[in-house]
Amino acid sequence: MKSSISVFVILCLTGTFSLLSANPVFAQIGIREIHQERSLYRNIIVTEDSSRRCLRFTITRRTGQNQSCRFLDNPQRLVFPYAKMTLSSLLVQDNPERILIIGLGGGTLPAVYSTLFPQAEIIISEIDEAVLRVAENFFDFEQSASIKVDVGDARVYVKRAGLRNEKFDLVILDAFNGEYIPEHLMTEEFLEEIRVLLSDDGMLVSNTFSSSRLYDAESQTYYNVFGEIFNLRMPNTGNRIIIASMQDLPPADTLTMRAPALQQRLLAFGMDVMDYLPNMSTAIDWNTSERPLTDQYSPANLLNN
Amino acid sequence: MAESIASLNNLLVLSLAFVSGFIIMAIELLGGRILAPYFGSSIFVWGSIITVFMLSLSLGYLFGGRLSLRDPSLKQHGTFFVVAAFLLLPLILFGNQIMETLFLIIEDPRYGSLIVSMLLFFLPTVVLGMVAPYSVRLLVMDSTRSGHVAGTLYFVSTLGSALGTLATSFYLVLWFEVNQILITMSLVLFLAGILAITSNRTFSSHAANAELSQ
Repeated sequence: MKSSISVFVILCLTGTFSLLSANPVFAQIGIREIHQERSLYRNIIVTEDSSRRCLRFTITRRTGQNQSCRFLDNPQRLVFPYAKMTLSSLLVQDNPERILIIGLGGGTLPAVYSTLFPQAEIIISEIDEAVLRVAENFFDFEQSASIKVDVGDARVYVKRAGLRNEKFDLVILDAFNGEYIPEHLMTEEFLEEIRVLLSDDGMLVSNTFSSSRLYDAESQTYYNVFGEIFNLRMPNTGNRIIIASMQDLPPADTLTMRAPALQQRLLAFGMDVMDYLPNMSTAIDWNTSERPLTDQYSPANLLNN
Repeated sequence: MAESIASLNNLLVLSLAFVSGFIIMAIELLGGRILAPYFGSSIFVWGSIITVFMLSLSLGYLFGGRLSLRDPSLKQHGTFFVVAAFLLLPLILFGNQIMETLFLIIEDPRYGSLIVSMLLFFLPTVVLGMVAPYSVRLLVMDSTRSGHVAGTLYFVSTLGSALGTLATSFYLVLWFEVNQILITMSLVLFLAGILAITSNRTFSSHAANAELSQ
């Protein structure tokens, strides 16, 4: 009797393990799981199919589940619209010398920006040490003299950098995914702290959401802090990019004038900036009566339902 | 007459325990929100908050039990609530200044969040922790029933904690600002305390009348 119980237990355990190692959801669609770990903050899974390697924070098959992907044959070509939309912000402010990227993911954006601006100093704030390890081991991310990672909460980094009088020409906020939003990185007070970090012609580019009540609340929050903002939304993606600048935003014809030169520089990343230019808008297309987010009131995750 | 007053009295003590359980967890949950702008929402920030709440509750149980040895009364029970209401005020009025100062002094966000949690949450939670053991003393009339009374009391106060957590995380933060919630909690504690203190008076005058009529 006893031995049959232990056989049963062993069968169950091996069953569980084989389930983990060969996730049937992935197997069905020809995806191999090459790494999985549970960090302090999330599950981290690295998958690969015939054409690309991806980082995901969940194993369910939901849209937007991949945090970061790259093509195996040409890692420089960008996979996701959000990365291309982020790069389109260079139409507004170009040639940053110091860049702060909040949220490392698979290290896509640091790689692109360091290729485009080899002289620039890039600092990345990432809360999860395991994400950094995975980016290094599976996505060829490397720290160097000009690319540094600060492991810790971005709000703390931004506050301390402000006290040290550091300045950045470009801040990219890429810390939100569909599963959980760090609510303290969406408030007016946080955006004010980022403003302190921005140089005179500095720019904040946020990769965020395009639907739900959160769209209204977030837009109003940015508007309150920065005034006029560019909104970049594309069909067939749940992402949107907010571009906020310390300077007045350039008019549409200035962007059009700058576009051809930038178009050439970005071709190598598999994108045509002309596709994005028409969708950059300063229109106030949100419900302005939605309450802005503050440290006192920031139910971002509830509003995103 | 005396019996119905006694059961009314018990209902009041249980309701107060529910309120205190509700508010303890609501504040703990808001603690994460309050600290995030200065110390982030890393796992150790939650670690600091939970540590401080557990530590202060444990000490509160100890002190509450100790105090119940000497002339236990609803009046004294009510003063715990009034005191806790006032001890929440520094968190509401000076929370940001306290965090700002500590943020500048302590670089390590682990110890920064631990010390700030101590300064902001320790005292009110100790006092709220005193409620549970003191309530047991007020409810127990007969030592053979003490386990049953303690069980009912923990049931009610922990149910309050569960609902406090749920209400705060699902709805209150969606409808109100953090400080609006805290001010309301402080007011509720104050009123609950006043209710207990005044009930003590009516209870003792009724008890005196009952004795006289015998």
